[in-house]
Amino acid sequence: MEKETLLWEVFVRSKNGLSHKHVGSIHASDKMMALNSARDTYTRRNEGISIWVVPSHLITASTSNDISDALANSENKIYRHPSFYDIPDDVGHM
Amino acid sequence: MSDHLFSSILELADDHLILGHRLSEWCGHAPTLEEDLSLPNLGLDLLGVATSLYSFASKLDSKCRSDDQLAFGRLEREYKSCLLMEKPNEHFGYTMLKQLYFSTFMEMFWENSLHSKYEDIAAVASKSVKEIAYHIRHSGEWVIRLGDGTKESRNKMLEAIYELHPYTDELFHMSKCSKQCLRDGYLPDRSKLRSSWITRIESIFEEATLPFPTISYFHAGGRDGIHTESMGHLISEMQYLQRAYPGQKW
Amino acid sequence: MYTQGLLDHSEETEETPEFLAAFQKRIDQEEKIEPHDPMPRAYRKTLIRQISQHAHSEIVGMLPEGNWITRAPTLKRKAVLLAKVQDEGGHGLYLYAAAETLGISRLEMTEQLLKGEAKYSSIFNYPTLTWADIGAIGWLVDGAAIMNQIPLCRCSYGPYARAMIKICKEESFHQRQGYEVMMTLAEGSKEQRDMAQDALNRWWWPSLMMFGPPDTESSNTDQSMKWKIKRFTNDQLRQKFLDAAIPQAKRINLTIPDKNLKWNKKLNNGRGGYSHGPIDWEEFWRVVKGGGPMARDRLRARKKAWDGGKWVRDAATAYARKVKR
Ligand SMILES: [Fe+2]
Ligand SMILES: [Fe+2]
Repeated sequence: MEKETLLWEVFVRSKNGLSHKHVGSIHASDKMMALNSARDTYTRRNEGISIWVVPSHLITASTSNDISDALANSENKIYRHPSFYDIPDDVGHM
Repeated sequence: MSDHLFSSILELADDHLILGHRLSEWCGHAPTLEEDLSLPNLGLDLLGVATSLYSFASKLDSKCRSDDQLAFGRLEREYKSCLLMEKPNEHFGYTMLKQLYFSTFMEMFWENSLHSKYEDIAAVASKSVKEIAYHIRHSGEWVIRLGDGTKESRNKMLEAIYELHPYTDELFHMSKCSKQCLRDGYLPDRSKLRSSWITRIESIFEEATLPFPTISYFHAGGRDGIHTESMGHLISEMQYLQRAYPGQKW
Repeated sequence: MYTQGLLDHSEETEETPEFLAAFQKRIDQEEKIEPHDPMPRAYRKTLIRQISQHAHSEIVGMLPEGNWITRAPTLKRKAVLLAKVQDEGGHGLYLYAAAETLGISRLEMTEQLLKGEAKYSSIFNYPTLTWADIGAIGWLVDGAAIMNQIPLCRCSYGPYARAMIKICKEESFHQRQGYEVMMTLAEGSKEQRDMAQDALNRWWWPSLMMFGPPDTESSNTDQSMKWKIKRFTNDQLRQKFLDAAIPQAKRINLTIPDKNLKWNKKLNNGRGGYSHGPIDWEEFWRVVKGGGPMARDRLRARKKAWDGGKWVRDAATAYARKVKR
């Protein structure tokens, strides 16, 4: 039985100054092949100048519960937002 | 001046067209889906270079043929590509090895053409040098994996080397027109690239655990239009529409 | 698109009425569903089926057009066609990846296709006989596909929607290049005009069939609409296609092969639209069930590529293992 080749996640920096962004996945047997395939698959229309490939199984992900807990927590902390503070208009932009 | 330059550009253009054509045969039939995207990328780069070269040649042509007429309108004996280009894709290993042989040569060829006295050549050289580094990487990485992969893949690579290596020497031959172009400072001396080509291929073969072969007889003839039998079939297919409906717009 | 690693969570959901109602509420609020979100089993199953069929269609769809790459008539057409067919391969790749987020591997999907168990768009089981077929496919088949795909960019399942956005961006040149091929032929010699008309005659009805059976007979539409996997019905999409394609044919003086074609003022809520003659659904079902003229050839070609490439994939795997050691 043939086994599936490794799945990789591909991240592309579209230009300097921007961070790498997830663009999709590819299958490849090793990192060099993954990089080549990522290039040929995801940068055919000048989409990027730098590529990261990461084996999908090495990504650690939060569960939806972790996130919703964090969300509920931060919703309580309205003092983190600038609109929480009353500053007179004549102080000007701040 | 234009005759020998015209012929030399045509030699180069034919190399790129015929090899690009062979690569395009893979589209939809590659060993992996990822490779189904990679092979056309290589092919498109080669077709792009061929198109530029045919249009330069067209400007110099005493018969005023267009780029498409040059690409699709000649007879078998008038194509001047090296025999290596037309060799069929017996299997994926053939294609990658051919690509490695050609790209390794062309990288050096274009590097030596960056300061060509003929501006069009210098321009296409600087564009190609960038593309070709990837071609070498892509085909080289595959040759390494196929050579040092399984017993089956190694045997298939040995077969490909045995079949294709005898066609590599033609890359370094200087035709009459190319000698004239060398004197004029338009194009580099192919024969001087041989030793460093061998060094580069040897080092990739070493990584691939493949032997660099000793060849007793090399084949050549493409530059004189003496091709192998597969060329006629390639051309019949490629020229089908232009021949069936001559002189029409597509 | 997202990782299989993200799928470590259990796929099992308890399908209580409360769970289903809460899920439906998320959908109704236009919330996107992401891979690790709980989802009804049927939603997952429907998506896997639809996305994998879509992916297979892109892959098999490379074959009829690929049939002309080596015979393309000019340097420009050769490059365009090669790039176009390559794009379709990319679409297949993005879609397989989207399906993989639902817990099925690309290998499994490939095997389903090769065993003849999976469906793909049956239009690709017709042969490409002349160069004009390349024009007709780009114009009509890609045109019909775009009608289908644009609403899918808003599909409720995130990875599918994202794949479709990417695909639709790339599709934009496909239909245009096809129409340009047709236009060039239609404005060319008598032989070329005839070639173009012949291709239109052969591809027109299969293109209309691409949207699937009429709404009155389509079984999956209701639930898929509710889950916002689908946003328009088969007939609605077919109507959009018809209204777009007919003026395009007129513009290049080609005749739609339908004697019953009529302008109907009442269609499209009184804005008017074209009504077509009867579609031969018997032919449709015959082709769907594997009776298309090229059906066996298509699978054979895919199998040949896959089996023939096994030694290459094996070598890459073996090498990776060695290097790691
Ligand atoms: Fe597509
Ligand atoms: Fe398309």
